[in-house]
Amino acid sequence: MSAGALDRAGAGRFALPLPLKITFGLLVLLAAAGAVLLPQNAALLLGGLVAAVLVAFGLGRAAGISDRWLVIAIPMLWLFVFFLVPFLVLGRISLSEAMIARPPYSPLFEQGADGWEYAGSFGNYQFLAEDPLYASAYISSIRIAATSTLLALLIGYPLAYFIARSPEPRRSILLLLVILPFWTSFLLRVYAWIGLLRRDGVINGFLMWTGIIDQPLVMLQTDFAVYLGIVYTYLPFMILPLYANLVKLDGALLEAASDLGASPILTFFTVTLPLSLPGIIAGSMLVFIPAIGEFVIPALLGGPDTLMIGRVLWDEFFSARDWPVASAVAIVMLFLVVVPIMWLQSVQNRQEGAQ
Amino acid sequence: MSSQAQPAVAADLRPWTDPDATPFISVKGVSKRFGTFTAVSDVSLDIYRGEVFCLLGGSGCGKTTLLRMLAGFESPTEGKILIDGKDMANVPADRRPTNMMFQSYALFPHMSVEKNVAYGLLREGKSKPEAMDRVAQMLKLVKLEPYAKRKPHQLSGGQRQRVALARALVKQPKVLLLDEPLGALDKKLREETQFELIRIQETLGVTFIVVTHDQEEAMTLATRIGVMTEGEIRQIGEPREIYESPNSRFVADFIGSVNLFEGTVASLNGAQAVVDTADLGPVTTTAPEGVSVGQTVTLAIRPERFALTRAAPAEGTPNTCRAMVRDMGYGGHISSYRLKLGNGRIVSATQSNRLRDEDPIMWDEEISITFPPPVVRVLTR
Ligand SMILES: Nc1ncnc2c1ncn2[C@@H]1O[C@H](COP(=O)(O)OP(=O)(O)OP(=O)(O)O)[C@@H](O)[C@H]1O
Ligand SMILES: [Mg+2]
Repeated sequence: MSAGALDRAGAGRFALPLPLKITFGLLVLLAAAGAVLLPQNAALLLGGLVAAVLVAFGLGRAAGISDRWLVIAIPMLWLFVFFLVPFLVLGRISLSEAMIARPPYSPLFEQGADGWEYAGSFGNYQFLAEDPLYASAYISSIRIAATSTLLALLIGYPLAYFIARSPEPRRSILLLLVILPFWTSFLLRVYAWIGLLRRDGVINGFLMWTGIIDQPLVMLQTDFAVYLGIVYTYLPFMILPLYANLVKLDGALLEAASDLGASPILTFFTVTLPLSLPGIIAGSMLVFIPAIGEFVIPALLGGPDTLMIGRVLWDEFFSARDWPVASAVAIVMLFLVVVPIMWLQSVQNRQEGAQ
Repeated sequence: MSSQAQPAVAADLRPWTDPDATPFISVKGVSKRFGTFTAVSDVSLDIYRGEVFCLLGGSGCGKTTLLRMLAGFESPTEGKILIDGKDMANVPADRRPTNMMFQSYALFPHMSVEKNVAYGLLREGKSKPEAMDRVAQMLKLVKLEPYAKRKPHQLSGGQRQRVALARALVKQPKVLLLDEPLGALDKKLREETQFELIRIQETLGVTFIVVTHDQEEAMTLATRIGVMTEGEIRQIGEPREIYESPNSRFVADFIGSVNLFEGTVASLNGAQAVVDTADLGPVTTTAPEGVSVGQTVTLAIRPERFALTRAAPAEGTPNTCRAMVRDMGYGGHISSYRLKLGNGRIVSATQSNRLRDEDPIMWDEEISITFPPPVVRVLTR
């Protein structure tokens, strides 16, 4: 939808037409019914949300705010409650010091000689900067995530291309196969890899049986296993956006390129690849971002020297019970991830604007 | 490239009249089936160097499919295609001496106008400055210089069409395949571009195959026209031949407007025949070969060939009858009439408005229409 259309939709002040009023009435009824039937906590949450929406619309109407803003306001509210608030809580904890108490960190304001004093500090961040363990954990996380993303791209691109070029009934089946692994628990699938990669696992067993090797390969608890796990787990996130992009590619463009004398390989590099850049960026972000903070895969498949920030975070929180340092670790990671995302987003926006 | 020498004999200008001339493109018994659907059926065509060959036909008759087989995007189910004496069966699109302008334009959306046009030149190994020079010339020709840096989505439909045209022309291929090249242009620009195409064709000696469903365009551009329907080519001929001597009811009806009358051959006297019709009575005409007495035939008369007069023609004039003017439309250079014959049949006729203050024939007048034997065409199919 274009911004123009949104503008036009928003030009009218908030005034509900009759069918919408009926819809709202039904929603309220539904929420009430849900509140009766659902367990108490869920009911509270749902009721609260519906109430918040209604209050927002009511207030908006009273204040004469156009419905366009209200439509935007609801997801904003969601982001505020479930993203910004936890972020602020983390930020606040990261400024404290660890204490053996409940909660296990010092308060931000202390009763001093002359009233309340601010007791927060950036000491935890300084600590992160000084201890080389953290820097190398960040770098190693980025390296592992970037390498995995690249591998996923190299594997996912041909697959996505193949699926997008397949005739219709087969295409749906192939897509289904891509998302099929999601039907089993992620944890189970990672455990399954342990069974495959173990010293006495399926792969070693098979290779020894065929006589290709006579000593079992060490695969589990290596970086290789971590890459394998990450690429395996996140490959669908690479394939799906690439597929969505490639399936839209106009076959006539490829014909035009070959008509003008470009070989299939040149056609790929001059037409297909540049046109699929938005898909590449989207897929890479969907793999890179979760991979960088990945905890389960390095914990289960990685060795003792596989250093990833997710594990460090876990150790700080649960082993060392140092919530402030853990919070600082999390916040630094957030910035490390968010900054490149914002940059990529702006690049992509500029590209889309040009197309 | 040097311009061609003045042809010595007419056969040089019209090589298809010379049985010994070698065609540049030969399509031999080509069919294309998609599943059980036959898009092109048993087409045979010879096209000569330097021709502008127009494929004319209604929507969905297989014009684009035929062109795509020539360009190499589709392989024939049956038959073969020769270009410059070489069988194209195993030659991929990127190695054929053809360039195509796509009906959908197929411009690269991520490249500027300039880069789109330069694409083909760079692929054949031209240096960048050289390519850009040529591109600039080409853009000038299609009047797109100010838009060189724009992306295709920033252009109007007609401008995009011209980019597509420039991109196909810039490589000066031996064969240029144009799929509806001028459809989106306004009348003035279309006429200019038609002349430009002819000029390019004459200076470069490129062989054009142009798909169109605009008859007027085919008539002005073409050296020869192939009329297609339902995947078949029904008639191939020079524009004049197609218009004046259509070989079937379909072609007569498809090209221009025509009045068709059913009749049976009543008598034959050498080449002269009398055909009995319900609408016009006995019609004297020249019969084509192979017509026999008693055969059912169709008579075709173009609207402009009727002579309309208030007074009845002299006694003994063949092929004349009375009619009522039901409708009259003034069209500037011509006036068109709908005339009602004695048996209620409506025919259309046009008269050119040669004199300014002539007293024109008007509504509800009873007039005589005359159609001398040479203007009546006998169709047996
Ligand atoms: N890939 C395909 N699969 C199945 N049928 C096809 C395919 N391509 C074309 N056809 C069919 O073949 C017939 C001829 O198509 P074609 O595109 O050649 O028509 P056309 O003469 O160019 O029409 P238009 O003037 O509308 O462009 C149409 O009925 C079309 O539906
Ligand atoms: Mg077509």
